[in-house]
Amino acid sequence: MGLDFSVIPKYLDIVLIGALWTIAITVGAAVVSFFGGILLAVIALYAPAVVRWPFRVFSFLFMGTPLLLQLFLIYFGLVQIGIDVPAFVAGVVGLGLHFAVYNSELFQTSILAVDKGQVEAARTLGLSRMQALRKVVVPQAIRDVIPPIGNNMIALLKDSALVSVIGVSELTLSAQRAIGSTYRPFEFYVLVAVLYYIINLVMETVLRHVERRIQVSR
Amino acid sequence: MTNQKPFIDIRHAQKSFGSLNVLRDISLQVQRGQIVAIIGPSGSGKSTLLRAINDLDPLTGGEVWLEDKQINKSLPHRQYEQHINEVRQEIGMVFQHFNLFPHLKVRENVTMAPKMLKGLSDAEANALAEEQLTKVGMIERIDYYPSQLSGGQKQRVAIARALAMKPKVMLFDEATSALDPELVEEVNLVMKKLAEEHMTMIIVTHEMGFAESVCDRVLFMDQGVVVEEGPPEVIFRNPKNERTRNFLRKHLAGQKG
Ligand SMILES: Nc1ncnc2c1ncn2[C@@H]1O[C@H](COP(=O)(O)OP(=O)(O)OP(=O)(O)O)[C@@H](O)[C@H]1O
Ligand SMILES: [Mg+2]
Repeated sequence: MGLDFSVIPKYLDIVLIGALWTIAITVGAAVVSFFGGILLAVIALYAPAVVRWPFRVFSFLFMGTPLLLQLFLIYFGLVQIGIDVPAFVAGVVGLGLHFAVYNSELFQTSILAVDKGQVEAARTLGLSRMQALRKVVVPQAIRDVIPPIGNNMIALLKDSALVSVIGVSELTLSAQRAIGSTYRPFEFYVLVAVLYYIINLVMETVLRHVERRIQVSR
Repeated sequence: MTNQKPFIDIRHAQKSFGSLNVLRDISLQVQRGQIVAIIGPSGSGKSTLLRAINDLDPLTGGEVWLEDKQINKSLPHRQYEQHINEVRQEIGMVFQHFNLFPHLKVRENVTMAPKMLKGLSDAEANALAEEQLTKVGMIERIDYYPSQLSGGQKQRVAIARALAMKPKVMLFDEATSALDPELVEEVNLVMKKLAEEHMTMIIVTHEMGFAESVCDRVLFMDQGVVVEEGPPEVIFRNPKNERTRNFLRKHLAGQKG
């Protein structure tokens, strides 16, 4: 059986809808991982020990166990204790928190790297510690960490394929369904690879644009 | 002047970092509208003294008063934070390295604190920023980022940022030391303008000429004590103390070389 890409058009709509789901999951999880990462970083650096420790344990769990397992736990596990999350939400939350933990490490480093004089200047104007953190330190920390955070976002896009295991019809799963009806794995996997690559390119273009925009604010 | 109540009153200030005594019983009274220069060799404690005034480097002993308010009060944490944030609004500070907020444009550098702390509307804060930036000659750069400015321009914006809080006192910690020589004068001019407006100022500086031309009083510090103080013409032209003389001689030699 040779290759036959002519089967693709018939299933193209399924695959493209899958691509839209992949984009939705990626964007959703990216937002969760970004703001979650900032929150976790601020907690790790400034919260009192009683708050810090539970979050530290949480971070260890998310860093030290497979993402796949975390998705299973959120989707299939939480139901048992009465928390029934839709698969899409479970995917966004699981993927988002997983990367939030990684982003938090980056944010912590960049928060600590902001020049001490910045906080001093803010405090001498009369800003409180929290106000200085919010208006002066965190914005600069975010600015400095955009390139590595961007890399995490691209890793996140690729890992979003794992969300297929809890039944979200994203790109990978919809390809598998098309393959199920056509028995043409090569054609569809190539198609999907191309689509991932295109989404990836768009993300990188946006990131580069953002990086250029913030260059002047250093 | 002597029986007038001081505007800023530093009483027996002491500061140690571990076993290092950086300030050893320093007292300083500054009247409203007075301009005091602090000079002295590196490591003598000038910055530490200045930073004790707004409690950035809290003293280990002694008191600092602004009018009838004690600045370095010991209070429960929460109350202290509120107290010190209020006090600091009344004390402007200018740093050697400007410490402008690089992620904000000049305009927002100036408007941020008044908006957050005094509840000014955007329009009010903008008007205020324009007023202060005009004063320091930086109005044309209001929509620039700090990275697009020269050192002298940055420092003038930093002064405008401090002035926007309408402080009662301005503290300058070597405001021109990090500048290329040709940029010093534009910052000095702004400080002179403030002097003409009778702003109360304490100025740590290595520029003896500037200190002599604007200050009412000069303090010479060495190793954590005030060795000698007096009017500029006495301190610079006819110092009594041997250490003051040595310092000035070395300093002048250094400047010419
Ligand atoms: N946070 C700190 N921890 C430990 N020692 C410090 C600290 N800050 C200042 N010192 C020490 O206190 C002494 C006085 O420092 P200070 O910065 O007040 O000197 P200065 O007169 O301003 O000197 P310069 O002209 O170099 O600015 C120095 O010996 C310095 O090393
Ligand atoms: Mg100093």
